[in-house]
Amino acid sequence: MYTAADHPEIGIMSSAAVNDLPTRTITSPGLVMSLAFTSGFIIMSVELLGGRILAPYFGSSIYVWGSIISIFMVALSTGYLIGGKLSLRNPDLFKFGTFFLVAAIALLPIVFFSDLAMESVFTRIEDPRYGSLIASSLLFFVPTAILGMIAPYSVRLMVENAGHSGQVAGGLYFVSTLGSALGTLLTSFYLVLWFEMNTIVISMILALGAAGMAALWIGRKSLR
Amino acid sequence: MSQSVVTAAILACLTLLGQPAQADSVIHKEKSLYRNIEVREARDRRCLVFTMRRRDSRQSCINLDRPQEVVFPYTKMIFAALLLQDDPASILIVGLGGGTLPKALSQLFPSAVIDVVEIDAAVYRVAQQFFKFKKSDQVKVSIADARVFVKRAQIRKNSYDIIILDAFTGEYIPEHLMTKEFLEEVRSLLTSTGVVVANTFSTSKLYHHESVTYSSVFGNFFNFRMPLTGNRVIISGPQPLPSRDILAGRAKRLANRLAPYYINIEDFPRYMATTRDWDETVRPMTDQYAPANLLKH
Repeated sequence: MYTAADHPEIGIMSSAAVNDLPTRTITSPGLVMSLAFTSGFIIMSVELLGGRILAPYFGSSIYVWGSIISIFMVALSTGYLIGGKLSLRNPDLFKFGTFFLVAAIALLPIVFFSDLAMESVFTRIEDPRYGSLIASSLLFFVPTAILGMIAPYSVRLMVENAGHSGQVAGGLYFVSTLGSALGTLLTSFYLVLWFEMNTIVISMILALGAAGMAALWIGRKSLR
Repeated sequence: MSQSVVTAAILACLTLLGQPAQADSVIHKEKSLYRNIEVREARDRRCLVFTMRRRDSRQSCINLDRPQEVVFPYTKMIFAALLLQDDPASILIVGLGGGTLPKALSQLFPSAVIDVVEIDAAVYRVAQQFFKFKKSDQVKVSIADARVFVKRAQIRKNSYDIIILDAFTGEYIPEHLMTKEFLEEVRSLLTSTGVVVANTFSTSKLYHHESVTYSSVFGNFFNFRMPLTGNRVIISGPQPLPSRDILAGRAKRLANRLAPYYINIEDFPRYMATTRDWDETVRPMTDQYAPANLLKH
């Protein structure tokens, strides 16, 4: 267990601390790793379900996948940028946990408002290519961007010095991409066979919520 | 007469089955966005084939000597819809293939408006080039996803006397065209005396799920299967289903009109069952739950 006494730097870390990279930072590597895995899993699971979600309004043609994949890529790249930026300012586990909670909330509209959103796009845009592009940005951009923030931020949480930063980043990419692979496989092979889509998305929301709460709980000392 | 047609049909089937692929000459080959397409010819028969590594699937064939002949048994079975609605003013066909259905239906009902939805522009080109399919003022083709077309047709408040669902290539199933919500949309496009007729699956777990899905939207339907074919055709509509005697009477009246197409409609009524021989406890397929391709195995 961490206590504030073990890590006197926690409460006083400022953005200047970024430059003192040898400084021991506040992390529990196992937790950060498993959270990175979780977010990787959920990103790809939601992306895969995206095709299903859009199909009733825009079909399942190659351009629907084109829309989904490009929106996910743009959202992730935006998330990487913002997450990297945020990691400069007093990075801690507590803030890291809030990313998960916000991502969980941002996924809720997929469950409750996707028909409304797609219906209104469908009536306004005749071309299913641009219809699916707009609909997927409405539904997936925000949650995916927030999930994208997790990657660079978790690197910052785990890096203790510049020398091993590449190795840390490599390890994190490893678990989160492995999570993505598993999310893709499990969703397409089994989850859609067993559950309704909304059940799957709600489970993802709950998993993100639980992950966020765990990070908040373990990182709560940084607030004191 | 009836016997000789049946014999001819059986022979036709056997010929089709019996011919090794090498005996066909490939007269056209192209890769579309969705699949590999070939047009093959053997003796008097020219077929549209979607080629796959595991097995090829013949989508549509024409008899070059008898251009009116409807070659495939399941395509003939689609015409059973006429037993419920014999004077359609408007017809929607989902899935063009070689264009057999729109060609025959536009000859039978010259004043009917026929909308065809086909997702693959290459299939449309091939149908025109190799299968004598022509669009006209009466026969229109939209290159679109059927789900999108149907939703747009709802907004335009279109309606159809006959809707034919024939979008399944046998290998990959467009799952969003097999859900309760899609069928509800289709039902909303039917006129009050309209008929939906669907070429569907007769084997695997999918048979049960699909039957439950159709019955959740249409209630009772004719479950039409014939010996020597692996196909199952579902026929239903908002009106109560006619009795077998009524079907037989209508078949008798239609027989001569359909004879030039080698469709022996008088054979059909006795195979049009209404018994629910599927497992009614399985889940219907919905937009939320549509693992059709996984259930097929």
